[in-house]
Amino acid sequence: MIRGGRVIDPAAERDAIADLLIMDGSVAAVGPSLGTPDGAEVLDASGLVVAPGFVDLHVHLREPGREDVETIATGARAAVAGGFTSVCAMPNTDPVTDNQAAVGFIVSQAQRAGAARVYPIAAVSLGQQGERLAEFGELVSAGAVAVSDDGRPVATAHLMRTALEYAMTFGIPVIDHCEESTLSAGGAMHEGLTATRLGLKGIPRAAEDVIVARDIALAELTGGHLHLAHISTAGAARMIREAKARGVQVTAEVTPHHLALTDACCEEYNTNAKMNPPLRERGDVDAVRAALADGTIDCIATDHAPHHYDAKEAEFDDAPFGVIGLETALGVVVSELVDTGQLSLPELVRRLSTRPAEVAHLPGGTLVPGAPADVVVFDPAAAWVVDPSAFFSKSRNTPFAGRALRGRVRWTLVGGAVVHRAGDARRGA
Amino acid sequence: MSPALGKDLLGLESLAADDIRLILDTAEPFKEISERAIKKVPVLRGKTIVNLFFEPSTRTRISFEFAEKRLSADTVNVASPGSSVLKGETLVDTARNLEAMRIDMVVIRHGSSGAAKFLADRIQSNVINAGDGKHEHPTQGLLDLLTIRDRRPIEGAKVCVVGDVLHSRVARSNIWGLLKLGARVAACGPRSLLPLGIGELGVRVFRRIEEAIEWADVLNVLRLQLERMQAGYVPSLREYYRVFGVTLERLARAPRELLILHPGPMNRGVEIDSRVADGPHSVILDQVTNGVAVRMAALYLLAGGRPELAEAAKGGGDR
Repeated sequence: MIRGGRVIDPAAERDAIADLLIMDGSVAAVGPSLGTPDGAEVLDASGLVVAPGFVDLHVHLREPGREDVETIATGARAAVAGGFTSVCAMPNTDPVTDNQAAVGFIVSQAQRAGAARVYPIAAVSLGQQGERLAEFGELVSAGAVAVSDDGRPVATAHLMRTALEYAMTFGIPVIDHCEESTLSAGGAMHEGLTATRLGLKGIPRAAEDVIVARDIALAELTGGHLHLAHISTAGAARMIREAKARGVQVTAEVTPHHLALTDACCEEYNTNAKMNPPLRERGDVDAVRAALADGTIDCIATDHAPHHYDAKEAEFDDAPFGVIGLETALGVVVSELVDTGQLSLPELVRRLSTRPAEVAHLPGGTLVPGAPADVVVFDPAAAWVVDPSAFFSKSRNTPFAGRALRGRVRWTLVGGAVVHRAGDARRGA
Repeated sequence: MSPALGKDLLGLESLAADDIRLILDTAEPFKEISERAIKKVPVLRGKTIVNLFFEPSTRTRISFEFAEKRLSADTVNVASPGSSVLKGETLVDTARNLEAMRIDMVVIRHGSSGAAKFLADRIQSNVINAGDGKHEHPTQGLLDLLTIRDRRPIEGAKVCVVGDVLHSRVARSNIWGLLKLGARVAACGPRSLLPLGIGELGVRVFRRIEEAIEWADVLNVLRLQLERMQAGYVPSLREYYRVFGVTLERLARAPRELLILHPGPMNRGVEIDSRVADGPHSVILDQVTNGVAVRMAALYLLAGGRPELAEAAKGGGDR
């Protein structure tokens, strides 16, 4: 029983003070002043928000291959610490998730971890080589919920076309990382004045926009479901808005860091501000915020990308792309968008829970009776300071270290079980 | 450590105009040392300097080495061309190992922008940036300034950087130094070799070399790296010379006499006509001579030398 919280469930158009009764891993009832069954555990949520657990369509859990920087267990634990009850693991592991054994391995590792639910995303092409389609049917039956060659774009227009068409049989989205690689080759950050001053090779906005345009044309041609990962440019936001108005089956996500930060963070050669797509300029940040607010961009996804300290402790050109985000997403979005009046709390829940669950056809994303009891209870006013040494993730590569944020998780429940409580400490911490 | 300059010399963007003038003024008395029969003064006696060159360089390394030796420093050259990593060690491990041998200063040339700062933030020794990627090459910028100042006031001078500004650390250090000292600065080259946002720095852009020559008092002609052709930035050397080459014929139409600089090494017949490079308006060899003096000044100031004592210090006597 979660008593007296502000229950926000956009799928049910609910936003009211209510009790939430959970039985046998599912939501049993929602409503004001429910009776508490004998022996039930009661969580007092007065003053807090009770919402469907967050769903992250884009994480890199690095297992198999780089268990030194993250594992499925530590990633899933970091997820629930950030309020995420479901995460979708990208396939660019070593080996690549392009066969049913690899998909099954992720599913079984996640079950053993017992934190967030982990849904595998499988590769579009074998080995992510951009040549032959992976066996989507087998991958889906093993548990994959989408396909992507993330880390790189689907290599050719023809491959993207066939992937969109073939995926329609299984009703799964094709997720693309939009980067025209001949335009971005050798680039380390956004192409603009800051890159010019720092003497770093830039990645122009057009590298993203060219592939977004290609993919939208192919989604329009095929009728397949296209999902665009980590949108960073004003141009991409505009094209998605226009495509949606024409009825194209396109959905999109944006990361908390692209909503919050600009390329100015790369000053002093800060490698924790190096990610792909790169942080852009204020006009792009404003555009992706507006696109999130008006629904052009459907959801917020973290692109949680753990890297070793030694890898980031390097010259900017040599450092890898990527930042972690599971444990800071809520705080960043509340501080940057809710507290500034650009996003309401119900909209925040829609972008972090409802829509991502719909996009990948996942259970959860709502608290209607009968739904899985995947719940996040958070305090939107709680102030805290980001301390990477306290993360449950194995990695520390965040651009938000030391930032004062508002908005923090109190409890996270997966299938009715409390899997995270505020104040929990990392084992060995 | 000199209170005048701080621990390191990483770039001209972060220096105040007065700091730049201080280095140039300090270089003046050091010019004369290289003209002596016995080119050695004991200013840096007992100091140990490592020249850490991760990129091939002939003239910059030799210029630094002369500057160090003429100031009586003990120098060690570590060269690992073409690689950012020395025998599998990271840059910072290399530097820490050198520092454990108790050195005083590192002069670093590296292919990655920001490498000099990366090193400077992690070791106690003074660091001089001898060129980091496409970022800055401050001593080259300083010697260019000194060479212009030998001939005319920098304030108000119209200086155009010609060629591959996009990939040029020399161009960036020139732009910062010239703007800070009150020059008017322009860039001219194919648009594919000019960086985005350069106009926002206060740099005027000329599309055609003829327009730049008509406007300028000084041309600083950059080297065109041959690999730019392979990467498709310009179609051919022949075409580049035809459209952007600084030729005698083009200079003949200039409304005033131009000063011609080039950081070297030159591609004769690519970015510059030999008749210009060897002609009366070229100060290219003066740049090389001034390079030693400017580097002496930078070494002296970073080592804690007081600018007003530079003249006395070079006369001899222990400090």
